[in-house]
Amino acid sequence: MTRISVRVDGASYDDDVEPRTLLVHYLREQLGKVGTVVGCDTSNCGACTVHLDGEAVKSCTVFAVQADGAEVTTIEGVGQDGLHPVQKAFHEMHGLQCGYCTPGMIMASIDLLGENPDPSDDEVREGIEGNLCRCTGYQNIVRAVRHAAAEMRGDGSGPPTDGHAAPAQVDTAAAPHVVGQA
Amino acid sequence: MTAVEERTGAPTPEIGKARRRKEDARLITGKTTWTDNMVLPGMLHLAVVRSPVAHARITSVDVEAVRQAPGVVAVYTGRDLAEEQGSLPCAWPVTPEMVNPGHPSIAVDQVNHVGEAVAVIVARSKVAAQDAVELADIDYEPLPVVLDMEEAVKDGADLVHDHTESNTSYHFVFDAGEMGTGGDTEQAFAEADVVVSRRLVQQRLIPAFMEPRSVVVQPQGDNYTLWSSTQIPHILRVMAAMVTGIPEHKLRVVAPDVGGGFGGKLQVNPEEILCLLIARRLGKPVKWTETRSESLMTGHHGRDQVQYVDVAADREGNLKGLRVRLLADMGAYLRLVTPGVPILGAFMFIGIYKFPAYRFECDGVFTNKVPTDAYRGAGRPEATFAIERIMDELAVELGMDPLELRRKNWIQASEFPFTTAAGLEYDSGDYETATQQALDLLGYDALRAEQQRRRESNDPVQLGIGISTFTEMCGLAPSRVLGSLSYGAGGWEQASIRMLPTGKVEVVTGSTPHGQGHETAWSQLVADQLGVPFEDIEVLHGDTAISSRGMDTYGSRSLVVGGSAVVKAADKVIAKARKVAAHLLEASEDDLDFSAGSFSVRGTPGSGVSIQEIALATFASHNFPEGMEPSIDADATFDPENFSFPHGTHLCAMEVDTETGFVKIRKYACVDDVGTIVNPLIVEGQVHGGLAQGIAQALYEEAVYDADGNLTTGTFVDYLVPAASDLPHFDTGNTVHAAPGNPIGAKGVGEAGCIASTPAVVNAAIDAVRHLGVTDIRMPLTPERVWRAIHAGGDGGDRASARTNAQAVDSSDAPSTAGGAQ
Repeated sequence: MTRISVRVDGASYDDDVEPRTLLVHYLREQLGKVGTVVGCDTSNCGACTVHLDGEAVKSCTVFAVQADGAEVTTIEGVGQDGLHPVQKAFHEMHGLQCGYCTPGMIMASIDLLGENPDPSDDEVREGIEGNLCRCTGYQNIVRAVRHAAAEMRGDGSGPPTDGHAAPAQVDTAAAPHVVGQA
Repeated sequence: MTAVEERTGAPTPEIGKARRRKEDARLITGKTTWTDNMVLPGMLHLAVVRSPVAHARITSVDVEAVRQAPGVVAVYTGRDLAEEQGSLPCAWPVTPEMVNPGHPSIAVDQVNHVGEAVAVIVARSKVAAQDAVELADIDYEPLPVVLDMEEAVKDGADLVHDHTESNTSYHFVFDAGEMGTGGDTEQAFAEADVVVSRRLVQQRLIPAFMEPRSVVVQPQGDNYTLWSSTQIPHILRVMAAMVTGIPEHKLRVVAPDVGGGFGGKLQVNPEEILCLLIARRLGKPVKWTETRSESLMTGHHGRDQVQYVDVAADREGNLKGLRVRLLADMGAYLRLVTPGVPILGAFMFIGIYKFPAYRFECDGVFTNKVPTDAYRGAGRPEATFAIERIMDELAVELGMDPLELRRKNWIQASEFPFTTAAGLEYDSGDYETATQQALDLLGYDALRAEQQRRRESNDPVQLGIGISTFTEMCGLAPSRVLGSLSYGAGGWEQASIRMLPTGKVEVVTGSTPHGQGHETAWSQLVADQLGVPFEDIEVLHGDTAISSRGMDTYGSRSLVVGGSAVVKAADKVIAKARKVAAHLLEASEDDLDFSAGSFSVRGTPGSGVSIQEIALATFASHNFPEGMEPSIDADATFDPENFSFPHGTHLCAMEVDTETGFVKIRKYACVDDVGTIVNPLIVEGQVHGGLAQGIAQALYEEAVYDADGNLTTGTFVDYLVPAASDLPHFDTGNTVHAAPGNPIGAKGVGEAGCIASTPAVVNAAIDAVRHLGVTDIRMPLTPERVWRAIHAGGDGGDRASARTNAQAVDSSDAPSTAGGAQ
């Protein structure tokens, strides 16, 4: 067993872990942070993506001991002051269906927007290619990421459409219970 | 207690509104209840020891070392559980003579596919259980491995099950002439000017839902609660009770948040039964969660057919007959609806066309692979692929434009309802309008002109356009039709509406969502029916203790059947509330209008009582109509009279690099008619997701077994679920022809994109290189296959796997159904 100190979603933990324990299993099984999920065993799907010291990592590819002294942010902590703009945009643009890939997809998207605040459709598609979604066909995820990017830039330019056919008629009033939760 | 707020003006209709989903609140914040999240006091963890060989007798099982391993509580072999495990159910004996060899949850004497369970380890932690797996010492005596269906059906072939006479489970025939739904097929072929025959391959696919399967069982005395990542808690409860002998009323099944299914969780899984048996033995809660490799290797697969298709026509392109013979790979066992999947397709091979004659034959074939079963579309993608591919081939044979050939033969808008040679009554639609809109969306004429330029300039990158005009049977299903097909259950759906004292509403549905957005769409339905706010409605589902009756979610049935039950239940609530309103308003029921959630006396402005006020009055029951029981709650069950028939036109423009074989979708456009649209956002999302899976079949996905029966695509490294960068933007549109068979007018949308897109993509690739002599390319269209088809002829052959090392197979010499001209 190895002693680690780690901050997760703003709280500090000191725990003994086996050296082989993966960060995702530490989060889920020792801390009860079950918002982060496991989707594969080969680091292909990205469902387990969290931020380690501000950078997106697949938490199945990091040992818990490697997070010693680090700051981890999961989907459960990313919107502590209300919903993060990317969370809101996934809801607004219907960027999720079953929702299993969503925590990882949102964490990867936030990281992408940190590096590229105004990505094109293709740049979003390439930027999240380490995260698999089986439900959405990705189109509304791309919309969501670009929608969030526009909101985070705050320049009022809105997401460009790249000449594609317009999205489905969109009722801009968000479901109140989600807004209310913020 | 004022439960009712003052209304201002009539609310806008909810149906048709792009409501953001209620479900999202928990899913975007990680506040979810996946089965694997669950922790119970004293819970034990299971790991399954699985067969590394495809076909063998088990000669010895030594698990002593497992028993001694740290943290291990118990270990069970097949022999230990042989007396109590029964057989996993197959609910669809498609013919009276169908051979079902039985399906143990854990192998006792013999293993029949790689990954079959041979022992189960129970330990105090998941890692302790998994660590002990490699300590199990099991000896196998190899048996000949049966993998190729065309070999397996030959006389003298090695057998998967040595107690059966052959590897054929069943032979199913539908002959329109014999059924009286069409003319004589043999005569139609004998008299035809042109016959085109093809052997087409529907490769094996893996549903690959994102949430791995997970099961938790908690025993409480004689009672058991089973949580499972399942699409079918209601069906699972009945079946698990019958398999294990746990009385049905002592078994509660819960499907909490479920991360996708696509048919892959429409199953009674071996591990669900094993968890129940072991929890019963130990009296302790147990959990099993699969790894992704276990999921790909042991969860059921889909598709896997060899299709021999013959089409007959006259020289002018009038279709005369269609003949289809299938070999359908069952895998090693029959699971819940394994044999029925190709039979669901039997009625759809004729597509949207007016064939006067049709004959279908299917052999279900056993092989040493994991069983096949439902995967998004289940039989209908296979059928649509065959007809839309052969229509292109016939067009080439006739020298006709493929669109003109389709147009000449499809059912006209004025001809609905139309009864096909397969005996189905198509309900409504307009194929011409949908096609015209899709052509406009794609920019068809400009792309055809570019195709011509590229051909003339001998561009190394050629362009093709693929067409798929399709329909599907949805809204599974009229119970009497299921009965006529020997299916083991009905196709109805149940709903209940509970009017709470504060005016809030609970809607209980037997449809069990796993990503479809029922909570949102059902709220929209009820908001419109009862005139209560969308936010005041809660939809409950997926727990047999809450939703006592249901048939669950698959086959694009939820809105069509389950939503209709909700509407019918709301009508009953209104009928009951009307009696209470008449009593409270001292008026005759006949003089009451119900609008925007309030009853009012006709011609008396200002009078009125809202349905929420009636709910409160019902709760108090102080002043209630004489003789009426104090409830306005209602249940309803809806059993459709007919299937519903969504249709659409899908167009794909594809670039093919003739030097590398690399294919790239240039543009994809489709117009679908799914009937009335309750939530356009959800409908669009379903189409997108279906397109992704259908395109993935055409371009990326294939479950490959090597010559020893090992799955060589057993991880996401090898099984290519497409990422965002692998898929194009989709231009989608809709026409709306309401389904006449249900009160909503919905036709179903869950499978449309997956059914229609695959042949559009393949037709596009072939169209790009047809002038180079290519007439078929096997799916998935890997660059290697496309390159081979262009440069070496044939269909590109088998995909390279560990042992086959890319042998090119020219399948053009394969047998055909009858002597039609090639």
